Amino acid sequence: MSNLNEVRVLSPCGGLGYGFPPDSLEQGLRRNPHVIGVDAGSTDPGPYYLGAGKTILGWGAQKRDLEHLLAARHSLGIPMLIGTAGGSGAQPHLTRTIEIVKQIGREKGFAFKLAAITADIDKQRLKYDLKAGRVRPFEMKKELTAATIDNSTHIVAQMGMEPYLEALAHGADVIVAGRSYDPAVIAAVPVQHGFDCGLAIHMGKILECGAAAAEPGGIADCMLGTLRKDHFVLEPLNPQRRCTTASVAAHSLYEKDNPVHLLLPGGALDLSAARFEAMDDRRVKVSGSAFLAADTYTIKLEGAERVGFRSIFIAGVRDPLLISQIDTIIEFVQKAVAQAMPYTPGQDYQLLFRLYGKNGVMGAWEPEQGGCGHELGIVGEAVGATRRIAAAVCSFARGAMLHYHYPGRKATAGNLAFPYSPSDIDMGEVYNFSIYHLLEVEDPLEPFAITYEQV
Amino acid sequence: MSKNIQQRLGDLAKVLRSKNAGPFLMTFDIIFDQPEIYEKIKAANLINPATIAHLYSMEDSTDIRIVAFDQALAIKVTLPRPLPSGHVGDSDIYGAQQHVPLYNLIPP
Repeated sequence: MSNLNEVRVLSPCGGLGYGFPPDSLEQGLRRNPHVIGVDAGSTDPGPYYLGAGKTILGWGAQKRDLEHLLAARHSLGIPMLIGTAGGSGAQPHLTRTIEIVKQIGREKGFAFKLAAITADIDKQRLKYDLKAGRVRPFEMKKELTAATIDNSTHIVAQMGMEPYLEALAHGADVIVAGRSYDPAVIAAVPVQHGFDCGLAIHMGKILECGAAAAEPGGIADCMLGTLRKDHFVLEPLNPQRRCTTASVAAHSLYEKDNPVHLLLPGGALDLSAARFEAMDDRRVKVSGSAFLAADTYTIKLEGAERVGFRSIFIAGVRDPLLISQIDTIIEFVQKAVAQAMPYTPGQDYQLLFRLYGKNGVMGAWEPEQGGCGHELGIVGEAVGATRRIAAAVCSFARGAMLHYHYPGRKATAGNLAFPYSPSDIDMGEVYNFSIYHLLEVEDPLEPFAITYEQV
Repeated sequence: MSKNIQQRLGDLAKVLRSKNAGPFLMTFDIIFDQPEIYEKIKAANLINPATIAHLYSMEDSTDIRIVAFDQALAIKVTLPRPLPSGHVGDSDIYGAQQHVPLYNLIPP
């Protein structure tokens, strides 16, 4: 416990690499924050990034943000917490982020104690947990199997704030953590100082998105959260934005399935009694948020497995005779590929056609079943068991579609307008989310290894 | 003139959006800026599982969750996605363009 009356947390942006106006950061630093917390990841961009160990926001953009933030941290001598490093928070993401942080430290001559927290889950260990009945499906309905564990390239567990508290207790100045519950980077320091967990997590939920909860909302801008005994105050650091009760309450809904009962590592956040009050025309006070501890501590597991390789072609169609027969033309192409290629559809490859202009966005959910417009955008997509199969199927399908002589055809030179040469694009590996399950743990620290280093 | 035009839910809402909520769920937020309209829509039970199942061609409405959040003058609807995010055949990784059927709903 400390004797602080309040803890001020600076959130620079809603994702490391999004950037932020230097003036906003400067405003934030003038308020003497006790910590800078920034989330760097999400499953939102899909399974590829976790599966392949890649990052979506670009390492260059992340380095640029980190240079500003490490300098800011250095000038005030406050801790800085980075969660879900590199976007997915698996070992390749963590390793690269740490390299960048250390490189900046060397280049700028900043000295700090660095804590690295891994979130990767060992496969043998997980199989053992599975056998012992400690793994259950979460929003993915499928039971986990040992084969799925083996086939997944990376498996991470989403840590709560406990590993951060542990690293802070060891005097870490900069914490770079693997997959984390997003609000942890904001909530950990207030909780370390003895402030209410429910309020700290709720503040974290809002601040981890930068200034998204302001009006106008923006993830590429800074927000300050001030946590006191029984409430917290939100204030955007860009004078052009303001927090209103409506903008803040509305943000509580964002990308969550239930706005009043939010599951998180080790429990849930109950917002049913949360109150949002305007302090003035740009600051909002929030109270009444409560943390409910679960009987058993569970953490969420995420895994991705490679299911093949993808090649695509993009083309446009303008001929009305062709557009009116597009479904039968696709049927022909499917058959032609299946007959000509030495591969089994559904087993060696899948061939799909997205028709932009005809249910391309909503697919089976599309309620409008009217005709098409005067042109159609086509993405032909081959997913093959190997890169070679994907490329071969894509190429053959493209040729078959280009030259197919449909009934009544007058434009005999070709059916497709290609915007690019080469027309076929190798999209690389294809991944699926394979694991989205809950793991029961006795100790919320145990799955996460912390190492310290003086930089 | 304008009073004869039937207002759609999307015309009445300040925010009407869809978004992925994790890789397996899609969530829809309908947020109002006028309490009277929010209360009216809520009281009319316009957003109910049967209507949502119909709008999104779902045979079974048991997995549809609907929550009203008075503090935000908002109604939230959550469904399983037709395909998990990024699975072969998925058309909207972030789920950001699936809201239009709700937008076009006509309140009584």
